[in-house]
Amino acid sequence: MNIEERRKERLDRGIKVRTDGIYAIMSLRELSYLTMPRLVLIVGLLILPLVMPSMYWQRVISIVCIYSLLALSFDFLAHFVGLVCLGGAFFIGIGGYLAAILNTYFGMPPLLTIPIATVVGAGICTLLLLPCLPLRGVYFAIVSLMYPLLMARIIEALNILGGTDGIVGVDSFANRWIEQYFVILMVLLFLFGMRRLVNLDIGLVFRAVKDNDQAVRASGMSITFYKAIAVFIASAMGCLSGACLVHIYMWSGISQFALDFSIIPIAATVIGGAGTLVGPVLGCFILVPISELLRDFGTLRIVFYSLILVAFIVFRSEGVMVYGQRKYHQFERWVKI
Amino acid sequence: MDILIYGTINSMALAIMALGFALVYGISRVPNFAHGALYVVCGFVTWSLLRGLGLNYLVSIFLAMIITGVIGALIYQFVLIRVRGMAISEIIASYAIGLAILEGFRWWGFKGMTYTLPVFVEGSINIGDIPVDLHRVVIVGICAAVVAFLWLFTHYTRIGLALRGMAQDERAALMLGIDSDFMAVVAMAVGSMLAGLAAVLLLPLGNIVVEAGYNVLILAIAVCIVGGLGSWMGAVLAAFLIGFAQILTVVYWGAHYQMVVALLAIIFTLIFKPSGLFGRQKELEERV
Repeated sequence: MNIEERRKERLDRGIKVRTDGIYAIMSLRELSYLTMPRLVLIVGLLILPLVMPSMYWQRVISIVCIYSLLALSFDFLAHFVGLVCLGGAFFIGIGGYLAAILNTYFGMPPLLTIPIATVVGAGICTLLLLPCLPLRGVYFAIVSLMYPLLMARIIEALNILGGTDGIVGVDSFANRWIEQYFVILMVLLFLFGMRRLVNLDIGLVFRAVKDNDQAVRASGMSITFYKAIAVFIASAMGCLSGACLVHIYMWSGISQFALDFSIIPIAATVIGGAGTLVGPVLGCFILVPISELLRDFGTLRIVFYSLILVAFIVFRSEGVMVYGQRKYHQFERWVKI
Repeated sequence: MDILIYGTINSMALAIMALGFALVYGISRVPNFAHGALYVVCGFVTWSLLRGLGLNYLVSIFLAMIITGVIGALIYQFVLIRVRGMAISEIIASYAIGLAILEGFRWWGFKGMTYTLPVFVEGSINIGDIPVDLHRVVIVGICAAVVAFLWLFTHYTRIGLALRGMAQDERAALMLGIDSDFMAVVAMAVGSMLAGLAAVLLLPLGNIVVEAGYNVLILAIAVCIVGGLGSWMGAVLAAFLIGFAQILTVVYWGAHYQMVVALLAIIFTLIFKPSGLFGRQKELEERV
């Protein structure tokens, strides 16, 4: 018996090593190696509404962007701060209801309601989640899963804010181009903003909170304070997407607290690649159109993407983006041991 | 008086819903978010055996519980075991499985008023001067019996003792020759059968609907968290706490608030005492 033992060796590509330093500006090839992925993403997103065949698919693009923002906030909280927040629907619902109230009861235009709903909504979410912030792991996950359900039940039970019918007659955006480019620009802004943020000093503290919170505390920093800031940032993204959603559908209702908004972003993060920030956006662009294509099958699509989610989490937990990055930056070869 | 009687019945129903969840979490530390789905599965299997194949009611209940147990064991063996120890993956994976099962049923046209199970015993008796259906009396009786049986099972049988050993200290149990993976599968099967038992006991009171799956999951989580995750007797006591709280709110405020009570109970327990009122877990594991 002569079994040859092999293992896979991974090495960084030469161009990757060169572009890490000042040599990046030496040649066009290195420059494009660095900028291509970013340019493809930005330009691709910007021309996407122009190439969509119908108004229906343009609407789908807006919804994808809304889910992307939500997935981005989930990824940021879960993989950079260590708070696994299963309650994305809570952010959407708070932001959405705020925008709807400001628009219908106080008559403000979307130009005002969206920023106000974003900031005030994020404040409300942070305040409500503040008592749970010291919780860890599973406990925070469960408590955040319960918040949107609780809000929906309270609105239903007290019959406030339109009760089960929701608030109707919210203004829409001026036209569909503004609607799409607004959400797309927001996705790009927050995507690159978050990538910048996690590499700043405060991002370092966030990651320290995730990895070793006792060390952060020993350095004389308040863990809860930093967690609250992180939740504020993440819920601002969630509330922004909620406010946009309300103005797109011209309606706000209990279904915005539904589990869909908590599950799809998580699924997108798992599929796209956790902890990369770009991955979740990519995941949304894969998942949501598939789910739209399957719309004819009714609730079977939920079955379908639940099964995809299980398969990814069990067999390929790294996600598409991490895989892609590895292939882009490294080459692999088999070596004899 | 009727608060006392219906409170007891409601508490017993909650206890039987939650026991399966508490058992699985207590032994394998897997929060089984597919619990509600297993509940609906057992109701549906009983219905199809009873109506579709025309089997005896008792036989179909028995078979359905076994099938549910096997499904639970399969879910554990083929999916959850691979993500064991990664708390978030466990939640997401088990929740996704539950979602797939429940929404699959919904897609299959499994909704509406047509799916009902018959009650065990017709008629009602008067306790004091309050009329109570015999079925609810049977529920209380069976739940009490199940709690007593579980206590005896985990204290006096070999496999029960092994399960408790796993729950207390998995490494020590491994050193004593207890196969922890196999025990976790057994725990999952028993937990699923308990979910099934809850289904066949409680579903005759209403229709078999998909939404029941979600509600049962929330109630089970509420009871387990208030009682302390992993503590079985705590779960039973917490079931009484939440059960009476729910009946009191229904009597004094209105039926809409029933679920609000359960959700508030979860949130407040987690904020103030994450290990639950009767839990014995370490403080440091759960909060900073």
